[in-house]
Amino acid sequence: MTTTQEPIHRQLGMTDDEYQSVVHLLERDPRPAELAMYSVMWSEHCSYKSSRKHLRRFPTEAPWVVVGPGENAGVVDIGDGWLAALRIESHNHPSFVEPYQGAATGVGGILRDVFTMGARPIALWDQIRFGPLDEPKNRYLFKGVVSGIAGYGNAVGVPTVGGEIEFDDCYTGNPLVNVMCLGILRSDQLVLGTAGEPGSVAILLGKATGRDGIGGASVLASASFDDESGEKRPAVQVGDPFEEKKLIEACLELYDKSLVVGVQDLGAAGLSCATSEPAGRAGVGMEVDLDAVHTREMEMTAPELLMSESQERMMAFVEPDNVETVLAVAEKWEIDSAVVGEVKPGNMLTIRHHGVPVAEVPAASLADDAPLYDRPAKRPVWLDEVQSKPGDHPISDIPATLLDLLADPGIGSSGWIHTQYDHMLFLNTVVGPGADGNLLRVRGTDKALAVSTDGNGRLCYLDPRIGSARIVYEAALNVAVVGAKPLAVVDNLNFGNPEKPEVMWQFKESVEGISQACETLEIPVVGGNVSFYNESGGVDINPTPVVGLLGVADPMPADPPRLSRAAEQMEIWEVGPEPTGNLAASAVQRLRGSLHGMPTPPDAGVAKRVVAIAAELAHIAPVLHDISDGGLAVALAEICIASAIGARVQTQHPFSEDPHRFLVVARPGVLELPVDIARRIGVVGGDEIVINGAAAPLADCADVWHNALERALGPS
Amino acid sequence: MKTAVVVFPGVNCEHDVVQAMSALGGEVELVWHRETDLAEFDGVILPGGFAHGDALRTGAIARFSPAMREVGRMAAAGAPVLGICNGWQILCESGLIPGAHIANRDLSFICRFEVVEVVDTNSVLTRAARPGQRLRIPLNSYEGSWVDPSGEGRVVLRYVGDPNGSQNRAAAVANTAGNVVGVMPHPERATDELLGSTDGRLLLESFLHSTALAGSTVTA
Repeated sequence: MTTTQEPIHRQLGMTDDEYQSVVHLLERDPRPAELAMYSVMWSEHCSYKSSRKHLRRFPTEAPWVVVGPGENAGVVDIGDGWLAALRIESHNHPSFVEPYQGAATGVGGILRDVFTMGARPIALWDQIRFGPLDEPKNRYLFKGVVSGIAGYGNAVGVPTVGGEIEFDDCYTGNPLVNVMCLGILRSDQLVLGTAGEPGSVAILLGKATGRDGIGGASVLASASFDDESGEKRPAVQVGDPFEEKKLIEACLELYDKSLVVGVQDLGAAGLSCATSEPAGRAGVGMEVDLDAVHTREMEMTAPELLMSESQERMMAFVEPDNVETVLAVAEKWEIDSAVVGEVKPGNMLTIRHHGVPVAEVPAASLADDAPLYDRPAKRPVWLDEVQSKPGDHPISDIPATLLDLLADPGIGSSGWIHTQYDHMLFLNTVVGPGADGNLLRVRGTDKALAVSTDGNGRLCYLDPRIGSARIVYEAALNVAVVGAKPLAVVDNLNFGNPEKPEVMWQFKESVEGISQACETLEIPVVGGNVSFYNESGGVDINPTPVVGLLGVADPMPADPPRLSRAAEQMEIWEVGPEPTGNLAASAVQRLRGSLHGMPTPPDAGVAKRVVAIAAELAHIAPVLHDISDGGLAVALAEICIASAIGARVQTQHPFSEDPHRFLVVARPGVLELPVDIARRIGVVGGDEIVINGAAAPLADCADVWHNALERALGPS
Repeated sequence: MKTAVVVFPGVNCEHDVVQAMSALGGEVELVWHRETDLAEFDGVILPGGFAHGDALRTGAIARFSPAMREVGRMAAAGAPVLGICNGWQILCESGLIPGAHIANRDLSFICRFEVVEVVDTNSVLTRAARPGQRLRIPLNSYEGSWVDPSGEGRVVLRYVGDPNGSQNRAAAVANTAGNVVGVMPHPERATDELLGSTDGRLLLESFLHSTALAGSTVTA
């Protein structure tokens, strides 16, 4: 526990040096409200102080980028007068402390980031990682997170169309809950987080402010876990999807009627952020009256009001003439609203409470003058030993290994999860959950948007640069197999404690890997999130960058490939480089409880070529499937299970997860594939999956695959 | 022949219903729940979602919305009234369909295709269907299990399986006259081959045809 003797800035998560910087900047000791604001705005979560320097490495430019990193969400031009807004965020720490609300408010937060830009959110993806399900605590966290996502996402009326799941020991004390959101908007509807000109009026829209989530960004998200994490539960916000739904509709009506000059959501750092950031971006000052803020608790102090992370709130900046109309729109949608401030000339942010100024600080200083750390980075000494052990394993019994893999909850059907999510709302979901990439049509055009989210902590543990590049290539191939060309990436970088040089090294290597792959594919990084301090009991998680890759299918395939469309006598081809016997970081290693070897590096030239071939084949072939977890054998089994028919193939390394490979299935004579990179490996038919002459009954495969997650969860 | 689609705060399927009905040639219009006059409409649909955040009980607050007085008047006058998912829950709370809804048997939200069988064609939802016809339509609900101690509700669609514990495996229930129907699966989500099924068209066409009949009766 924090002792009362400790100075206030330390209790707020600030170092002594950071406190001195505030004193230096203000040329005086900060008042309590000011200290509260700096402590949240300069937290790791809000300021990216340990990562900012390295994030500059990302390629962020392309002709189709409308808004790059730094705004609430990235925005890209998808043609025909439409823009797409995308963003990914983590809610790891809150989800460990309170899984239902942690996950729910993660969904709420990412939605606000997207509709802040003027976009209607059209889909969500969740990337969730837990410790093994044989531990009761992990089952509790897993079920709580899934219910939280379902409870909030379904009720707020945005479909959850996909995502990914990984189980590994390293997430036992620190689960990862990442959420990605995609929105679309007409190109003339773009709204930015700016306060506008002096005279603009700040209107706080949405839910009343309470004491929930105070210090969420600083105390919770920017520190490591210990046995007292449960005591941080009051720092977790409580979500209300009904309020958010009304807020979305009200904001969209405001945008439709061009009633706002700028909008900023209230997420991490609450009012501190929603006043200082828009004013800082616009280069103006602002006066805010905390007495005008509508609250749901009595006698809140100024620091509490400024730090609260109560959900479902937005700050709209409005020209004086439009104030009445904006308040009327809020009234129509039955959300609360309050005029809380006014934009002023100059650069000072002045906050009043009970009539007296409680904070007077340069608005931009909260964001722009945040500390910037160049933390030491060092290659972990243990890595040599881990990498030097051979990554191959003798596999004597192919059918038994296949059945073991299919029964693994990280590989088996995710149906238990995604049937709890509304994934069909808006009638756009052409390819939904359970596929490599999801395909959403864009109404009124011939196009579709494709998204894949990918991460692989084990691969990144063995080599963060190779692993991070490979997840980008995998995501690109995943959107290609549904017919799309990669367009942009958002990333969520989940790492351990950045104060450890080994973790910083992993982080830098990962950024380098993602950057190189994006450069090869000629796609920009348009936004992202960094989550540090993912450690528990002093042990860091595997470095776990997660990418969300957006692609455009133009036109959308008339009949997009589906796993379920394999039929008697069709040919099976493997496209991509010949696999090696390397099983480093593979699912086979995970089943055997090992993790060592040097993962196969990506090949930039091959990656590009394979992605292009897949995107073309998606218009011709009935079945395309990326080869990843569990290798060719699992990819084939997933096709066979979905299509309810067996297959017979010959392949040298059925469980290798070497990159840039996919399966394509079609009637004989349909495919004309370049022989240097594609090979016919077998045919569809029968009721067994026969690999190199060894057969696994399809019924057994289907049974273990369909029930993998339920059986791991046990009776409820 | 105009159909009103009533929008309560928290509802989310209104645009999908409009899209599906328009594609079938229907004339549909969104109407805010505070509307007090629906005289220009021949039929009304209450779309799915979470009206008023399902506070207290699903549909418990929505039944007090001003538009519901009009829906009651239209129902009594024999106009076609359809409640989909949350809309059905509102119809039950309003007393326009017997019974109420409780949480699914397995206490999980269910979003997936289900097969339903037409058991009664005397309703505005099923009049164009054949008895025994099977339709594949997505279910998307948590409080999807219908209970009716009165035994007065007339089941018009029945699940072939038993996804949620609904009494008599009811997927859709009509009032005695057949002009008011509540349906739990979403017909508007089954109107496009690309999305997996077109079986919902038959049900929405039944409804459109019913509004046309109702309209002509009124005009005559």
